Amino acid sequence: MVKTYIFRFLIAVLTSIFMGLLYMGIGRKFMARIRRCYAGPFYQSYIDVIKLFSKNSISHNWIMDFGVMMGFAGIIATVVFLPIGPFNVFPDMKGNIIIIMYFMTIGYLGMAMGVAASGNPNATIGIARALSLMIGYEIPFALSVILLIFANRSSLLYDMVLSQHGSFLNWNMFRYPFAFAGSLIALQGMLGEQPFDAMIAPAEIASGPMVELSGKFLGFGFLQHASQIFLETGIIAAMFLGGGTILGFFTKQLILYLITLSIAAVFSRYRFEDAVKFFWIIPTLLVLLQLVIFLA
Amino acid sequence: MILSSTKELKDKGFEQILDFFRKKSLWMLHYCTGCGAVELPPTMTSRWDMERFGMGPMATPRQADLLLITGYLSVKSLKRVIYTYEQMQEPKWVIAFGSCPINGGIYYDSYSVINRLALYLPVDLSIEGCMPRPEAIIDGFTKLMKAIEKGEAVGYKKYKENYEWYKKNQREVLERTTPVL
Repeated sequence: MVKTYIFRFLIAVLTSIFMGLLYMGIGRKFMARIRRCYAGPFYQSYIDVIKLFSKNSISHNWIMDFGVMMGFAGIIATVVFLPIGPFNVFPDMKGNIIIIMYFMTIGYLGMAMGVAASGNPNATIGIARALSLMIGYEIPFALSVILLIFANRSSLLYDMVLSQHGSFLNWNMFRYPFAFAGSLIALQGMLGEQPFDAMIAPAEIASGPMVELSGKFLGFGFLQHASQIFLETGIIAAMFLGGGTILGFFTKQLILYLITLSIAAVFSRYRFEDAVKFFWIIPTLLVLLQLVIFLA
Repeated sequence: MILSSTKELKDKGFEQILDFFRKKSLWMLHYCTGCGAVELPPTMTSRWDMERFGMGPMATPRQADLLLITGYLSVKSLKRVIYTYEQMQEPKWVIAFGSCPINGGIYYDSYSVINRLALYLPVDLSIEGCMPRPEAIIDGFTKLMKAIEKGEAVGYKKYKENYEWYKKNQREVLERTTPVL
């Protein structure tokens, strides 16, 4: 029994990393085509990760090692609760969305601990911005989660997926369009794409949290970002686009990611306080409107 | 003896495989105090599109594999370049860019500019020209990639082996220009 669980766990984690890196590679190609470039091959991200793990790396203290590992572990522990299409790692859990929201922050907190221990002020500024931004996008996202919990009388992602079966008009995307719009904006912030990339800001704070990460640390950062793309697009795909078969689920994730990127391609950067303000006004009001319509 | 040599062979084979990935994903840190920095944006963006080779700009020395010295280097900035180079993680490579880091260029008789970068840092590749056009830059990068694949670009090993020699040269030029207070 335990062996099966470990096996399923490994499958989920490896899938999330593999697909996340694939999405990143395709996303880079996509971005480049928007800018009339060609970019590298779609498997460029795999090459980058292998290269990063082959490099020497420097650690400043054990908290830095531990924090980076914890950031990565926090994300893969969350992926375990995500129903990947019809596949659930723990068939009894069925992806409780509240656990997912709780665990998602652990990744960020681990990263915060690791990069703050690296001692570079830019890293601390970057991670402070990332955590403040999280306060921003969690509110519209949490409100749309509350809406779906009300609507389904259940907090399991699996039940939310089941309730959208049948025609594609049953998808929550069409049932609750305003909540979907609000969550899509929140997704933009979760993935840290423009206009909400104040935490990375390469020209201003030298890539923020990653500033002091070298070699394998940056490699883990890459893997974390890949799993994060998989996880966050996966949550939205399960909540609003009706899950689906495994291939359908991957396609929906990719489409969501490409939508995010095409928005990112045409926007410049918000200051992070403006970004938080924006999150608390526009997407929050959209989801609140949906909540009022639903309750009325 | 035999055991160690087989281990060496294995390590060499492993390194060769890793070198393939390293050459396909060169992240560069461009030290843009010189005029060569002007030629880099067109090389990076859609006209010449450097990302085709998996290359891209990076923000900090920790993340980068490649240090670009774009043009002339004053003695003051040499000190910072040395710090930057030593912060980078191995394997790392240096490209000298334009004629100034090769022989001084038009600043050959200036009191505050160094003439040969190779005396102070292990230069793996020099791209001559004043300034080199993006075609020349990309040609240089492809040459560096070939050298990395063959295992010939080993400037960082030379730096470690001849550390005293490099430090002596650096000290001479840095001490000469220490401000008198």
